[in-house]
Amino acid sequence: MTKEDVKKIVLNIIGEIAPDEDLTQVKSGLRLRDQLELDSMDFLDIVMELRKKYGIEVPEDDYSRLESLDSCGEYLHPKFMQKGVALA
Amino acid sequence: MEDKDRIVITGVGLTAPNGNTLSEYREHLLAGQGNIQRIPMRYMNEVLAGVCNFDTNKYQKRKEVRNGTRAGSIGIYCTREAITNAGIDWENVDKSRVGVYVGITEHGNVETENEVHNISQFNYETKYWTHHHNPRTVANNPAGEITMNLGITGPHYTVGAACAAGNAGIIQGAQMLRLNEVDIAIAGGVSESIQSFGIFAGFKSQGALAEHENPNQASRPFDSSRNGIVVSEGGALYTLERLSDAKKRGAEILAEVTGYCMNSDAKDAVLPDPQRQAECINKALSMAKLPASRVNIVSTHATATPMGDIQECQGLRNVFQNCPNTFFNNTKSYIGHAMGAAGALELAGNLSSFNDNQIHPTINVDKLDPECELDNLVLNQPREGSNIDVILNNSFGMLGINSVLIVQKYTA
Repeated sequence: MTKEDVKKIVLNIIGEIAPDEDLTQVKSGLRLRDQLELDSMDFLDIVMELRKKYGIEVPEDDYSRLESLDSCGEYLHPKFMQKGVALA
Repeated sequence: MEDKDRIVITGVGLTAPNGNTLSEYREHLLAGQGNIQRIPMRYMNEVLAGVCNFDTNKYQKRKEVRNGTRAGSIGIYCTREAITNAGIDWENVDKSRVGVYVGITEHGNVETENEVHNISQFNYETKYWTHHHNPRTVANNPAGEITMNLGITGPHYTVGAACAAGNAGIIQGAQMLRLNEVDIAIAGGVSESIQSFGIFAGFKSQGALAEHENPNQASRPFDSSRNGIVVSEGGALYTLERLSDAKKRGAEILAEVTGYCMNSDAKDAVLPDPQRQAECINKALSMAKLPASRVNIVSTHATATPMGDIQECQGLRNVFQNCPNTFFNNTKSYIGHAMGAAGALELAGNLSSFNDNQIHPTINVDKLDPECELDNLVLNQPREGSNIDVILNNSFGMLGINSVLIVQKYTA
């Protein structure tokens, strides 16, 4: 699994929780909230889906690490590797 | 009474199992077409239910639907339809002078049941409990979702009144207009109850859940073989205005709210009291300054429980003796019991009688229960009325809550 794979996972989750958004133009280096209509409840949804689907925990102090796809990749990649999540 | 104290209905938005507009609903009621289905239900295999099929995405983004509740979606759909029906220039309405008063029988059971089921998949660890649970289950939820969708900044709340809630919402709206708290009231009731197994299981344990091999014959008020309630979802919300405001904007007036009453049996949790129901009807008639004989249509509450129907008929016989021009009907026989929406939806089912002079019947009565006999009970076939101008709408609920609403055809 690569950081790019992690970004795809996060983008898929965003697609589920914000189904009205066009995700094809999302720039991975920019803040997600600056590009998409996402609020604090949506970020909690991302955290919950990571927990439910992959058993990955994001402590509250680290929520800011999910601000962009790039930062998600950096922050979550080691967690996915530690969990040994295999891509289907 | 001055125009500023007269409250009129200027729009209606609804979704029922057999119609998503007033005209579609009316057409199906006059044609004797109900719509009850057998649906899967958690822990219960299958149950009979009335299911609505309105387009949730007509007025909501998909994310709104996902994050909100079914009751909220029903409320938003009905509100938007009512405003359009009323011809209100919504862009130019002062949203701080709009109030939202939504009757509910219960709220929150659906989400709590879903979350308990959800965490059961994770060994009951509560860290999997959704953060959406609380905004979805606060008691003001359906009314609050309406305000968020439409940008309404006036007051909003739900009126919890068991199955009398539809009338209660309308009464609350009329009162707030009379108090000049708002200029437009969005008022009526909604129900999402078919999403909750607990509602069905509770009625089943009470011996009050209907069963029939033909779903559309399961809800059969007044029939000798009735065996309980068919639970349904739905909603009906009205735009209410003071007559003075409605006239000012040249609104078409669908009806005038002239009388209402709510009271309590103070007796039994589930068995209705005919004496208190009759008192409630008489007080509403007194407010409307009408003798019972002036009522053309009594829209009964009867839910098809063995005792409830008998009790209501007793109360009605007490009030409507020697009233040859008063007809009785029932709408639950088509759509089941829409709980918090029932009163508001059943009023809507009869409202068009002011224009077409038709009275839709109570269907599914193969053999009338002698204890439910009423003079002029309209059975199985519509009746032609004459100059129908007064409708009295009964709606009663558990814990002995009674509501009666009287609407009249508008005359200047």
